Amino acid sequence: MSEKTLSERTSNNAYNSQPLLETRGVSKRFGAVQALMRVDFEVYPGEVIALVGDNGAGKSTLIKGIAGIYGFDEGEVLFEGKRVHIHSPREASALGIEVVYQDLALADNLDVVSNMFLGREWTEDTSIGASLNARRRGLARIFRNLLPMREVSMEKQAVSTLNELAVTTLGSVRLPVASLSGGQRQSIAIAKAVLWNSRVVILDEPTAALGVAQTRQVLNLVRRLAEKDLGVVVISHNLHDIFEVADRITVLRLGQKVQTYLTQETNQAEVVHAITAGQLNAIPGMEQ
Amino acid sequence: MTSDIAAQRADHKQDGLHQRATLKTLLFQLRAFIVLILLFAFFSVYSDSFLQPGNLIILTKQVAINALLGIGMTFVILAGGIDLSVGSIVGLCGMIAGGLINEGLVLPMFGVVVYFNVWIVMLITLVVGMIIGFANGIIITRFNVAPFIVTLGMLYVARGLALLRNNGATFPNLVGDPALANTGFPTLGTGTFIGLPFSIWIMVAVGLLAVFLTLKTPFGRQVYAIGGNERAALLSGVRVKNVKTITYVISGLCSALVGLIITSQLVSSHPATGTSFELNAIAAVVLGGTSLVGGRGTIGGTIIGAFVIGVLNNGMIIEGVSSFWQTVITGVVIIVAVIIDQIQQKLQERSVS
Ligand SMILES: Nc1ncnc2c1ncn2[C@@H]1O[C@H](COP(=O)(O)OP(=O)(O)OP(=O)(O)O)[C@@H](O)[C@H]1O
Ligand SMILES: [Mg+2]
Repeated sequence: MSEKTLSERTSNNAYNSQPLLETRGVSKRFGAVQALMRVDFEVYPGEVIALVGDNGAGKSTLIKGIAGIYGFDEGEVLFEGKRVHIHSPREASALGIEVVYQDLALADNLDVVSNMFLGREWTEDTSIGASLNARRRGLARIFRNLLPMREVSMEKQAVSTLNELAVTTLGSVRLPVASLSGGQRQSIAIAKAVLWNSRVVILDEPTAALGVAQTRQVLNLVRRLAEKDLGVVVISHNLHDIFEVADRITVLRLGQKVQTYLTQETNQAEVVHAITAGQLNAIPGMEQ
Repeated sequence: MTSDIAAQRADHKQDGLHQRATLKTLLFQLRAFIVLILLFAFFSVYSDSFLQPGNLIILTKQVAINALLGIGMTFVILAGGIDLSVGSIVGLCGMIAGGLINEGLVLPMFGVVVYFNVWIVMLITLVVGMIIGFANGIIITRFNVAPFIVTLGMLYVARGLALLRNNGATFPNLVGDPALANTGFPTLGTGTFIGLPFSIWIMVAVGLLAVFLTLKTPFGRQVYAIGGNERAALLSGVRVKNVKTITYVISGLCSALVGLIITSQLVSSHPATGTSFELNAIAAVVLGGTSLVGGRGTIGGTIIGAFVIGVLNNGMIIEGVSSFWQTVITGVVIIVAVIIDQIQQKLQERSVS
């Protein structure tokens, strides 16, 4: 079943527009392991799409390929309809693709503001636009890194981004992140990702280590990102969370895409079956 | 959000216990400084000559050497590295400068010898120090070899080159020759400004610049980030390899500076100059509260650490403590400092959770 027929079956026109981010037939092999096999995957603006699958299904591999941590063996990646070649997380950021990794990748010894601006600090001669331009190269960049930082502006921007996302439980943005709770750290990592006018935010297991209240907080945050018209990808093993937050669900199994479901039109049993055994409608008599 | 902060501050005020805890942490953080003041007070009381201006200037001159190396070392250690080659770079750079003054630069292919003026000599020497640091950084970051190993190797290489430069002999009497327009080199070591030797002013200037770099610039922030969580820095778009390499370049530059200062003070260059200086520098960094795993520490701490070592040595010499005991005591102080550092870490973790 292709994406077209899927969206035709619904009254939701959003999926007829151009995807923000799209992979076409991407594969990745690690030695003897075929981690990904010709996977098509699309992310539309304003949606939360969940990526699910058993351990080793290839979810992280797909994400890391998109983020430029390693290249795909075949297939192509399109961003806003144009073919792109992403070789590093920095290049992904430059396009507007941000990944929040499972271990959050925060420097515990730095405070919240320093972490949110890490690698993209505002210095005296730059504006937001200039520092967004990650392609400054060579000596010019080294000298820029020796200019005084605009701490006050960075702090204001950090506070305003956190407020925008309704992350209000923080005492101070000058606390080292080591002193924050798991949910707060997750919120900081997400806020860091959206600070840069990103278009696509990818979250690897954002609620895995969180309690009930903090999970709620993060799921709300995820929904708010989609409301801001970002494309949001959530990897999770928690189907309950996924059914609560996602608009569509893509199931991977043994490196291959089983199917993409509209959350409204499926149920947990069907998705579980897809995760463990493959496509439901491949089984005779179960055709919808 | 601001009201949240205010509320939290109010909470702190009511919580006397918590305040006592922060006072304790503060005392721990200032421990090097407190130790310095205690040492200073001790030797002032027990020794007549310690507080003499002449002695204090000699003391500070010695401290400046170690502090300069320690400053460079602090950048390297903050980013999670180590530089064992600084002592050898001091020696090699001294030989380079001495050789350029006494023998000039021999260009066999043109059959000429070029003599440079002293400023150019110093510039070339500093560049050589930076190049060696750059080599350290490049090998560590591009070939993924442990900093300990690379800089240990460089310790041997640079020392060997220093010995090779004049077949193990010194370059004596580096006063230059008016006919060659290269006089004036000893001024660096002997000159003063407002009564203080140049080397002390150099320490002050380099120290201020280093404080600015570590606290106010993206470069400094990224150095701390790499020491704290290298992967996070990388994923955040920090050019980790470049930043690390620059820390070694800074360390090489500081070493070359020290090589020039010592050579100028002695008015001669010895190939063995700087032997084991790297250990003193590391000791100053550690005494100053910088964590050897990176990500935590300050330039100010290192300078205080260098003063602690300097005051201790100077005071013990004045008091006539045997130099063997001096070595033992210095070692004990370093070990105690690291133990206290561990305790502080635990304290901080507890106050956080
Ligand atoms: N760097 C690597 N080198 C070798 N094999 C790898 C590497 N990364 C992933 N693999 C293999 O590729 C397959 C897919 O792994 P991947 O991490 O993408 O799974 P996942 O869906 O993210 O699983 P999980 O839910 O456990 O995180 C697995 O068989 C894994 O062992
Ligand atoms: Mg994974």
